[in-house]
Amino acid sequence: MRFTLNGKAVSLDVVGTRRLLDVLREDLQFTGTKEGCGEGECGACSVLIDGEVVDSCLIAAGQVEGREVTTVEGLADGSRLSALQQAFIEHGAAQCGICTPGMLLAAHALLQRSPRLSPDEVREGLAGNLCRCTGYTKIIDAVVSCAT
Amino acid sequence: MHNRRGSRRETSNDLAPPLPAFPPDVLYCVRHIPLQPPCHLTRRREPLQDRNSVALLPHMCPPPAQPAAVGRSVPRREGADKVTGRARYTDDLVVPGAWYGRTIRSTIARGRIRSISLDPAFDWSRVVVVTADDIPGDNVVQLIRDDQPILASLGGEIRHREEPILLLAASGRATLDDAAGHIRIEYEVADPIYALERASEVFSTVEISKGKVLEDLKDLEGVEVVERTFRVGLQEQLYIEPQGAIAIPWREHGAGSREQGITVIGSLQCPYYVHRALKRALKLTDEEAVVIQAETGGGFGGKEEYPSIVAVHAALLARKAGRPVRLVYDRHEDLAATTKRHPGVIKHRTAVKKDGTLLSQDIEIVLDGGAYCTLTPVVLSRAAIHAAGAYSCPNVRIRARAVATNTPPNGAFRGFGAPQSLFAAELMVEHVAEQLHVPSVELRRKWMLRVGDTTATGQKLTESVSSDLVLDAALKACGTVGRSDDRTVKRGRGLSLVFHGSGFTGSGEKKLQGTIGFEALADGTFRILTASTEIGQGTKTIFCQLAADALGVPLERVTLAPQDTSLVPDSGPTVASRTAMIVGRLVQEAATEIKERLKREKAPLRIEKSYIQPDTIHWDETTYRGDAYPVYAWACTIADVDVDMTTGEVRVTDLVTAVDCGKALHPVMAEGQIEGGSLQAVGWATIEEIKMKDGGYQNDRLATYLIPTALDAPRIRTILVENPYSRGPFGAKGIGELPMDGPAPAIIAAIHDATGVWLDEIPATPEKVLAACASR
Repeated sequence: MRFTLNGKAVSLDVVGTRRLLDVLREDLQFTGTKEGCGEGECGACSVLIDGEVVDSCLIAAGQVEGREVTTVEGLADGSRLSALQQAFIEHGAAQCGICTPGMLLAAHALLQRSPRLSPDEVREGLAGNLCRCTGYTKIIDAVVSCAT
Repeated sequence: MHNRRGSRRETSNDLAPPLPAFPPDVLYCVRHIPLQPPCHLTRRREPLQDRNSVALLPHMCPPPAQPAAVGRSVPRREGADKVTGRARYTDDLVVPGAWYGRTIRSTIARGRIRSISLDPAFDWSRVVVVTADDIPGDNVVQLIRDDQPILASLGGEIRHREEPILLLAASGRATLDDAAGHIRIEYEVADPIYALERASEVFSTVEISKGKVLEDLKDLEGVEVVERTFRVGLQEQLYIEPQGAIAIPWREHGAGSREQGITVIGSLQCPYYVHRALKRALKLTDEEAVVIQAETGGGFGGKEEYPSIVAVHAALLARKAGRPVRLVYDRHEDLAATTKRHPGVIKHRTAVKKDGTLLSQDIEIVLDGGAYCTLTPVVLSRAAIHAAGAYSCPNVRIRARAVATNTPPNGAFRGFGAPQSLFAAELMVEHVAEQLHVPSVELRRKWMLRVGDTTATGQKLTESVSSDLVLDAALKACGTVGRSDDRTVKRGRGLSLVFHGSGFTGSGEKKLQGTIGFEALADGTFRILTASTEIGQGTKTIFCQLAADALGVPLERVTLAPQDTSLVPDSGPTVASRTAMIVGRLVQEAATEIKERLKREKAPLRIEKSYIQPDTIHWDETTYRGDAYPVYAWACTIADVDVDMTTGEVRVTDLVTAVDCGKALHPVMAEGQIEGGSLQAVGWATIEEIKMKDGGYQNDRLATYLIPTALDAPRIRTILVENPYSRGPFGAKGIGELPMDGPAPAIIAAIHDATGVWLDEIPATPEKVLAACASR
């Protein structure tokens, strides 16, 4: 199968019914995408497919044929962190960090869709991503700080 | 495509109007005392240059000539790794040749194993099977009491439904699934005990007494006695990274006398707990067991004692397989089998004079320990010591016991017994206030501990007592309660005032003698060697801040050795709100000593520093009298709730919490700890309910065990108060657990304010709220 991963073409010989999460983590060793529950509840495995947030534990690898997949490894520009990544560090939005990759991708998609965001809109947009460390306050602050 | 939990709950969408945020110019400063010029004015968006950069972010205040790192919200040490996906958690580690492990558990709650049979039709040559007979050392999970087996043995007792019996390893997960289907275990079933009232085995008891008991007082004229019983439920820590460990035998394929060692890398809070467990189970020397903490995706107490089981299981498999084995739980197994917060029943009888003078508190606590002792006696101890609340009472009797039932063992969870007993203590203030027709805040002011007062254990408080400071700060910040526009929604407000002992209880720190190493290296840098772990709370960052300021060097010249038992000394476990205060103080002292020695000597230098109990701290373990904790941290929480009178749903719309942390070493991280802990408490008080069925948890999946989402969570407003503690590093006190204590009673008081009904039990689920309103 072929797809684009973080802007680069990928060609793989894998069983199409395997979870996208496993193909990313095990075959491609893109371990930034995490498994928190394996049933689409926690959002730790969130990736973007053609810009839409998707739980990669619920997606068969075959479904991304010809599509564009973005993982947390694709957010920075080389060694330059994105504004959102930097805001997460500055605001203390990452504590243990396990939800952070999924949270960043969900927030990134949100900001791409509408650059103007109220705290309530951010809360709604991130409601599919669970965090147990922060109480969400600092995550919301970080995302709102990146909205224009 | 994306599963949105919030959208399932329609009522969650009508969020209350956003509250005014604190002005941004104090973002990086302690909230009530702006310490620095407004940093945001110089904000520039520039990238971090280096993946391990510890320098200040460019937008932050330019460092003065002699930079003070303490008190400044510098970037988290491992922050860049965490936002780029480079941070390696246990399951992210690539270990060539590693097999997958699996635990086979009991299906009954109580009984004996009659037989274990492996289907001969299955090809077992592809699978490694470990039974209790394969344990070289003691079949005991090393903790307080030797009651919990690593694996239940043939003929051995089953005490709960998730009891581990067999371990499997294979090269692929599919083989494991297949093998698991070809194992047959037969049991002799016994009658399980689930109800606290039926439990006869007692793990431990605690009795605290001060002055006279209630009976001597209640016949006095003009004395009111208020009685009430409270119940608290189980709670799952729900760290987002499940339990996991990878065991790597030093020499693959067979063991020689000097090569039988094993290295375990895992998600854990306490490397030396795991180290002790491995040594005992596998009969290893200190050197032969090596434990390394991988990046850890949350703990909250859940990775205090349980990782010892995961690590020993993985090590047994690796030893037998002669190759590395990866044992990572999925969420379902993690929820079903690992420890939870102790549920319990707490009964209060409080005697007061008509003028509100507190005369006597008589308190009984029963906690459910589950099937094995784990850390239950210590949890019970903390519950008992905090049971009288943050108040001064001349006559106190606290009788506490923890009992055994046939449910999976309960264990450490942030707060460690104190949230349970403080929930009851705080609601008692409300009930007494109601009886006396006085505002509960007034009663709190009358009763609260002040410098010179003594606690229930007879500890005279000499410094850093902040009940009035946090109460005033929270009241000042909370504003007025508005009315809901929705006529079916009633709004209310509740308040709580709590304290929490920092560090180990009683003589715990003295016995433990936590040790750190500190090195001055030839290249002019310094290295801290500690077993204290980073689990999101910021250990790595604040230890470097403390050392940098004590040395008077820039932050980037201080590094931290990995949490690897072959490199670092035993600094004690990362628990009990002790890391910043106790171990942090050792870091500060070691850095100060190295600085002095460098005036006469040359680098490289290495010193070790161990905790020495100050002469002023006295604790009598047998009578439970004396200085239970070196110091206490204080918090006042004000919660606003909306109660939907048609659905019974409770939404916390605003939460203000003022916390005295002594000194905010890193204000943003301190706030983060408080906000995260507060939301866990909101969950415990409102939606986190575990339903039991046949000795197991009925809702043992994340689809059915709900924790607050960003939509459920209120905006939490934290006010940091600094009332320094003379022996804390730069005045700091431990606050890791404290935020778990206050929100639950404040929320129940708010529900009463809104609806007029008192709930005596949490979580305040819609069913309970509607039933209470209906029976009014």
